[in-house]
Amino acid sequence: MTSSSPAAIPVPPPAAAREAYGPALVKLADAGHDIVALDADLSASTGGNKLAASHPDRWFTVGAAEQNMISIAAGLASTGKTVYAASFAVFMPGHCFDQIRVQIAQQRMNVKLIASHGGISVGEDGASAQAIEDLALMTSLPGMNVVVPSDAVEADWAIRRAAEDNEPWYIRLGRPKLPIIHLDESISRFELGHAERIREGDDLTLIACGLMVEPTIRAADALADEGVGARVLNMASIKPLDEEAVIQAAQQTGAIVCAEEHNVIGGLGSAVARTLAAHCPVPMEQVGIEDRFGQSGPWTALLQEYGLTAESVAVAAKRALARK
Amino acid sequence: MTTSTVTAADTSALLDVCKRIRRHIVEMTHAAQSGHPGGSLSATEIFAALYFGGVARHDPANPQWGRRDRVILSKGHATPVVYATLAEAGYFDREVIPTFRALGTELQGHVVRNKPPGVEMSGGALGMGLSFAVGIALGHQLDGLADDEGQIFVVVGDGELNEGQNWEAIMSASHFGLHRITAIVDRNHFQNDGPGDEIMRIDPVGDKWAAFGWGVQHVDGHDVEAVRDAMLTARARSDAPQVVICETVKGRGVSFMAENPAGWHGKGPSDEQLAQALEEIDGGLT
Ligand SMILES: Cc1ncc(C[n+]2csc(CCOP(=O)(O)OP(=O)(O)O)c2C)c(N)n1
Ligand SMILES: [Mg+2]
Repeated sequence: MTSSSPAAIPVPPPAAAREAYGPALVKLADAGHDIVALDADLSASTGGNKLAASHPDRWFTVGAAEQNMISIAAGLASTGKTVYAASFAVFMPGHCFDQIRVQIAQQRMNVKLIASHGGISVGEDGASAQAIEDLALMTSLPGMNVVVPSDAVEADWAIRRAAEDNEPWYIRLGRPKLPIIHLDESISRFELGHAERIREGDDLTLIACGLMVEPTIRAADALADEGVGARVLNMASIKPLDEEAVIQAAQQTGAIVCAEEHNVIGGLGSAVARTLAAHCPVPMEQVGIEDRFGQSGPWTALLQEYGLTAESVAVAAKRALARK
Repeated sequence: MTTSTVTAADTSALLDVCKRIRRHIVEMTHAAQSGHPGGSLSATEIFAALYFGGVARHDPANPQWGRRDRVILSKGHATPVVYATLAEAGYFDREVIPTFRALGTELQGHVVRNKPPGVEMSGGALGMGLSFAVGIALGHQLDGLADDEGQIFVVVGDGELNEGQNWEAIMSASHFGLHRITAIVDRNHFQNDGPGDEIMRIDPVGDKWAAFGWGVQHVDGHDVEAVRDAMLTARARSDAPQVVICETVKGRGVSFMAENPAGWHGKGPSDEQLAQALEEIDGGLT
């Protein structure tokens, strides 16, 4: 790894987390990993078609049949392959939860579920296409690793890191092009079960994942202007959760805000609340989707409508501080 | 290098194995006072032929042998016939059989992969076995196994064929040209709630598989030689996936079960019923 001074790093153009998948697969196959990737008639959107082009023998599409895809993935894994299966987060796990439960999780198969188009930021397609409950489903499965990268760089790290073990993973990727947060690989890399500390602060801690990390950093900067020191944790690894980082944050800063593009029930906030309740209860506020379904609209307008903004995080921070 | 250590049993030995498997089935469901005897008794000849008739190449001393054939119970509730067969084949000690469904046992109510060794797939949720087989067959193709190595035999229920995922798998197996897969339908005409024709009709079931590009054979599922020969024929084909539709009776071998299949989908016999069942089983199929 080369380390260069941050000033020398050109700011890359915004990219969607999902764009990392195809190139990551190709890198893995080029490096000689015994991977096989499956798609279910959405390979142009997931990026799986990149592997189809570069290593056609390593890629299969099963057509629009997600249940079949998941059980096929399990069968392939039983022959010793590292299997990636990709679809949209509404269809996988939404359309094949029992197959994931019995054949991937209970059998502890070496299958990496890559769910693109997670959350409401899918936009115009509306409620049926917007996964707001996938993290609840996936974190409830024993042995399943659940990861929500914050940008395309972290997504690339996570997708390739998953190939290094034999465990089942669920990686949720987003559709919109977002600013790159991870500008320099030498600064910090994705690690399963480890929070990434992005801002230091002692007054409270903001914990975010996925598309909410960038606005949460902006919220921290705005709070800093008002003299509030907000620590920021990027919690891409929701399961296993970095409980130590959560407990430390509670002990050292005394208040927590969680921010995620998911129902406030069953996602990052629930996981953090469970840890706080057991080890160090402090005031906690959530920014997320308040138990309602999505709808059509431009993704930026939807984030406003559902309160998934830097302003919402800052307001929640003040609520949490007032309860300290 | 390991090869299949199992040599084919002759007909009288096969009939004997069927009796022993049936005895285990009624004894273990009696011991547990639960479990699924009906759909295990109907599949007895299928499992006897697979493991003892020289159909599946396997090695009880080396269950993970890489070039073995895979036998998959897709209708994962019929564990009694699987455990009975694996015990008879030497995969685990017969003494363990009475622990079926007890706390801490390897012999779980529904199939769990590698518990005991020889069980290839976890199940219990209907409809997943054929897809799993498609995955194995793709893996074997990538690994360059010879045409007659790594065959996959999947036992599916007739009621199970109500599940749409089967048809996704059936479509994809022929699309991918996976000749290593042989499906075996236990066509016992009953499902959980009653007769299949009343609950959800699947006929003409053979035509449906054929329309999806599979080779189809129909056979008397309680004629163990016929079942064996049909599966050997299917095994030898390398042009398309194959299905053997076994015409069976749910509860076969135990009169009061065969006469009331709907009542014996999922429950264990009483002491008196067990005694009668064992006596009838020892007499052989009539
Ligand atoms: C997905 C799913 N739905 C429902 C059940 C409950 N169930 C268990 S067995 C059964 C009927 C199966 O009928 P069939 O495949 O004909 O089995 P057999 O007659 O051989 O016992 C049902 C509905 C299940 N196990 N899985
Ligand atoms: Mg049946």
